[in-house]
Amino acid sequence: MSFPLLTATAAVPAIGAVATAAVPAARRTGAKWLALAFSLVTVGFAAAVLLRFDTGSGADRFQLTESHSWIEDFGVRYELGVDGIGATMIALTAVLVPFLIGAGWNDADPVEGEPQATRRWRPTQGFFALILMVEAMVVLSFAATDVFLFYLFFEAMLIPMYFLIGGFGDRAGEQGEEGQARQRSYAAVKFLLYNLVGGLVMLAAVIGLYAQTADQLDAGTFSLQAILEARASGDLDFSTGVERWLFLGFFFAFAIKAPLWPLHTWLPNAMGEATAPVAVLITAIVDKVGTFAMLRFCLGLFPEASDWATPVILVLSLVSILYGALVALGQRDMKRLIAYASISHFGFIVLGVFAMTSQGQGGATLYMINHGIATAALLLVAGFLIARRGSRLIGDYGGVQKTAPVLAGTFLVGGLATLSLPGTGPFVSEFLVLVGTFSRHQAVGIIACTGIVLAALYVLVLYQRTMTGPVRAGLEKLPDLRVRELAVVTPLIGLLLFLGVYPKPLTEIVNPAVEHTLSDVHQTDPEPQIDVSEVEAAE
Amino acid sequence: MIGLLVAAPLLGAALLLLGGRRLDRVGHWLGLAASAASLVFALVLFTDLLGKDGEERSLHQHLFSWVPVADFRADVAFQLDQLSMTFVLLITSVGTLIHLYSVGYMEHDERRRRFFGYLNLFLAAMLLLVLADNYLLLYVGWEGVGLASYLLIGFWQHKPSAATAAKKAFVVNRVGDVGLSLAILLMFTTFGSFSFTHVFAGVDGASEATLTGIGLMLLLAACGKSAQVPLQSWLGDAMEGPTPVSALIHAATMVTAGVYLVTRSGVVFDAAPDAQTVVITVGAVTLLFGAIVGCAKDDIKKALAGSTMSQIGYMMLAAGLGPLGYVFAIMHLVTHGFFKAGLFLGAGSVMHGMNDEVDMRRYGGLRKHMPITFATFGLAYLAIIGFPYLSGFFSKDEIIYAGFAKGGNEGWLLGGVMLLGAALTAYYMTRIMLMTFFGEKRWQPDEAGHEPHPHESPLVMTVPMLILAVGSVAAGFVFDSGERFVKWLEPVTGLAHGDSPVSHGEVSIAATVVMLLGVGGAYLQYGRREVPAVAPAGRLLTRAARRDLLQDDFNHVAFVQTGNYLTRGLVYLDHKLVDGMVNGTAAAFGGLSGRLRRVQNGFARSYAVSMFGGTALLVAATLLMRAV
Repeated sequence: MSFPLLTATAAVPAIGAVATAAVPAARRTGAKWLALAFSLVTVGFAAAVLLRFDTGSGADRFQLTESHSWIEDFGVRYELGVDGIGATMIALTAVLVPFLIGAGWNDADPVEGEPQATRRWRPTQGFFALILMVEAMVVLSFAATDVFLFYLFFEAMLIPMYFLIGGFGDRAGEQGEEGQARQRSYAAVKFLLYNLVGGLVMLAAVIGLYAQTADQLDAGTFSLQAILEARASGDLDFSTGVERWLFLGFFFAFAIKAPLWPLHTWLPNAMGEATAPVAVLITAIVDKVGTFAMLRFCLGLFPEASDWATPVILVLSLVSILYGALVALGQRDMKRLIAYASISHFGFIVLGVFAMTSQGQGGATLYMINHGIATAALLLVAGFLIARRGSRLIGDYGGVQKTAPVLAGTFLVGGLATLSLPGTGPFVSEFLVLVGTFSRHQAVGIIACTGIVLAALYVLVLYQRTMTGPVRAGLEKLPDLRVRELAVVTPLIGLLLFLGVYPKPLTEIVNPAVEHTLSDVHQTDPEPQIDVSEVEAAE
Repeated sequence: MIGLLVAAPLLGAALLLLGGRRLDRVGHWLGLAASAASLVFALVLFTDLLGKDGEERSLHQHLFSWVPVADFRADVAFQLDQLSMTFVLLITSVGTLIHLYSVGYMEHDERRRRFFGYLNLFLAAMLLLVLADNYLLLYVGWEGVGLASYLLIGFWQHKPSAATAAKKAFVVNRVGDVGLSLAILLMFTTFGSFSFTHVFAGVDGASEATLTGIGLMLLLAACGKSAQVPLQSWLGDAMEGPTPVSALIHAATMVTAGVYLVTRSGVVFDAAPDAQTVVITVGAVTLLFGAIVGCAKDDIKKALAGSTMSQIGYMMLAAGLGPLGYVFAIMHLVTHGFFKAGLFLGAGSVMHGMNDEVDMRRYGGLRKHMPITFATFGLAYLAIIGFPYLSGFFSKDEIIYAGFAKGGNEGWLLGGVMLLGAALTAYYMTRIMLMTFFGEKRWQPDEAGHEPHPHESPLVMTVPMLILAVGSVAAGFVFDSGERFVKWLEPVTGLAHGDSPVSHGEVSIAATVVMLLGVGGAYLQYGRREVPAVAPAGRLLTRAARRDLLQDDFNHVAFVQTGNYLTRGLVYLDHKLVDGMVNGTAAAFGGLSGRLRRVQNGFARSYAVSMFGGTALLVAATLLMRAV
């Protein structure tokens, strides 16, 4: 029995959450440092996950596995394990959270006039504890290989998320304190309702899946590995209709979470109203559970149904890509703009997943990582800007580069990464998705390509309106980035550049997992028309 | 060693952009040193190549595997052959001269350090572009120069016009980049690779339709970067950037990347004659388009920008002719790099002495005030109009000859178009020359009441102009004598002679005659009469040409407006329809609308808790049911 590394990786932030919440009201700053410390320890554990992960050719598909019986009557087990995709997603989560804590350092401080913190009401402690709680749940979602266990965490993370969205907002005052609270509350409820509905449908499918295994196998099970093996050996066989219904049940929940058009409308509300770090938490981390689960559960459990649904899903992804980008162009609120840009990017991720090629799925996995980091960079800087001026409206800004050149510069780099400039990580993943899509569905690939023009437009228009031109009245004294803010942004930018130039460490971990997933769905990459492999590379 | 070529300016850029204010005082010299280091490396490599035989003049350097995913293998690897060497020499030499010039030109700009950082970044990206051994790495350089161009056009960001021009350039280029992306995707599905070696080796087995597709997509990319019709509209606006930028990026190097791409992909184009026809057409249309626009502009830089488009049109046309023209496309590219950079630096020097005035109707008689600028600009002027035995004379005549050599009616048509273009070139260049340096002074105090005091620029600016003038005069002769340039490039690009109905001599005579006609026309209009300080109304064509032949009006109606309507419509729909529908469905399903109202009254938390509690109950109940 080896050390339960995955459990530990989730336990650290969970314990951190409890510890942070328990810090007395007066020790606000201590609570922040405590939360940061726990999130950094989590990074260490996540790094250990990556290092211990064996990428050799004969290595197991799921590694670092843990398995304990839990609710024996229903075959629910506490089973954890990661493939290369899960391992990198855990790493992404762990790496981003300390930056979110750093960026949100002052977001939950009491403002003058607000009721002071009391023994029972400690918003600052709560804010950081909730973030750590979400982190723990997300890590467990990425690690769970028991379908029911996954479902539990998938749903449970909604609770801390709900309070994060509803309880903490920008101090952007164009609608007044009360109007803002109302908007926030609406966004939080919308977020919750959408995801709960998705979760309920998925629950039905989870139970259906269990019923199938209970009927056909010796005992009902939720274990992903057991089900995969039984399907491969032919012991477990779904009828076409059953498989399709089950697939749809799972996919619906993931498509809401991802979010895919037309189930996306909760995202702009949630990201707009939440503080910037929470918005990043939503789009860069929590939503990734949706796309990750498509790869792991939809494709793995229901290969035929996945194949059957592919045409429709490809179309929905294309719509997401173009629609998200176009609507982003029309936004007046910069956080909502970034939210719609994310919808466009999620379109690319889903496209890559369902292109059913190594490049598509490998690209989609890298895309999840890169989008997480790029959006974090862009959105956190946007958050710093919003905190300075107290407005989210693009029209309230102009000429910021004159007064705060470093802020403007980092914002531009984040933006360039968002538009997938070569040399930054997102280019690699976007191009891989395009290659993977194009090699199987030429027309879809061509249409998706036009998304790169739209991305350039919405990013550069945003930059132009906020950062260039004459300095707007009221912004003459805008302070540039502070040390804390620089410490948050610089490493993110460094990561983006590194992953753009040398993504190989990631692809090495991800590739074997993608191969397994592809063989789950009985697909192989299309062959090139002409074989030129015997041509020697130029010396 | 090849890697160092790119590394030097990249390191320079990193230092200058991250170094902070500490480097403000030495930043420009640091930038210049990085560029010069690259030039030295280039010269060393050049002598290295010269020491080898023609066919073996190729160096290869594999740095590391970049993105390996199954059969998709992208490497960071460089290839240096005669074609890339030619570009490397052009880029580093003109680049270094312009760095030097910028030391003077940007002297009073508080953000000079950053300017040099961007220039270094540009050099690194441009070198990467021409040194890459595969299309994906080329793409990195391709967008890298686009980024540098964006940053430099918008360098004076506080001017809204500059910020808009920068954005426009980037977005229009992105349209071209879609072409490059698609070309690479097609290569990957066809050949399973996108390295030059593999693609060119596989061309024989590929269908013509596929190759035409690849060719046309590459052409789209080339149109974006090289400002060819229909993606030409950004170049004129790009003149918002500081003048050294216009000289280096938007005249001598970056805008010629499209010609590089077509020439580099010659093997593909040679096997796709339909694509070649389109390349020729694009080149021919652009060379006239640019020339006509150049005739009508009063802004000296925009007139020169029209000229750049037109000259690149010549190169593009030549590249479309296949082995008949590749060598001469590149030769004209190099000579153009010298004389056009010289012209722009001259224009910058004039602006420097004239309080940044760009309207040629406010110049006049400057030859007395700026003798060096006048002399260097004049030599470059003679070179571009094809004055016998100067650079342009050799390179342009070869292209016109190659056009005739295409044979048949097509040959006559191409030759005719190019001769017409040559006449227009002589016309608009003479017009610029006369309006700027001859006639009476026409300048007036600016809005703030400052009377310009035209004066010669400092040495640090005039020395690069002098060196470029020497290049403008001598390059053609040096290249042509003993067919040096042809022999140098032939192993890479191939060479064909075709069957021309006219002889070299006849082409030269014809070109000289039309050149004289153009000069004469301009002299009658601008030399004999006083130039009015306010432009006359002009005829329909003149008015259209002043508006860049309505390119922006067309784009505005076709894309900008349509796009705006689409965006606004979708935003509305997203709010009303998609959101409303999903919410409505949800409400209908659960009878939730009443509760939603409650929620908005502040019961949100209790509601959420009850909702989650409900779910939990449901889970428990279902599980119990199964167990029973």
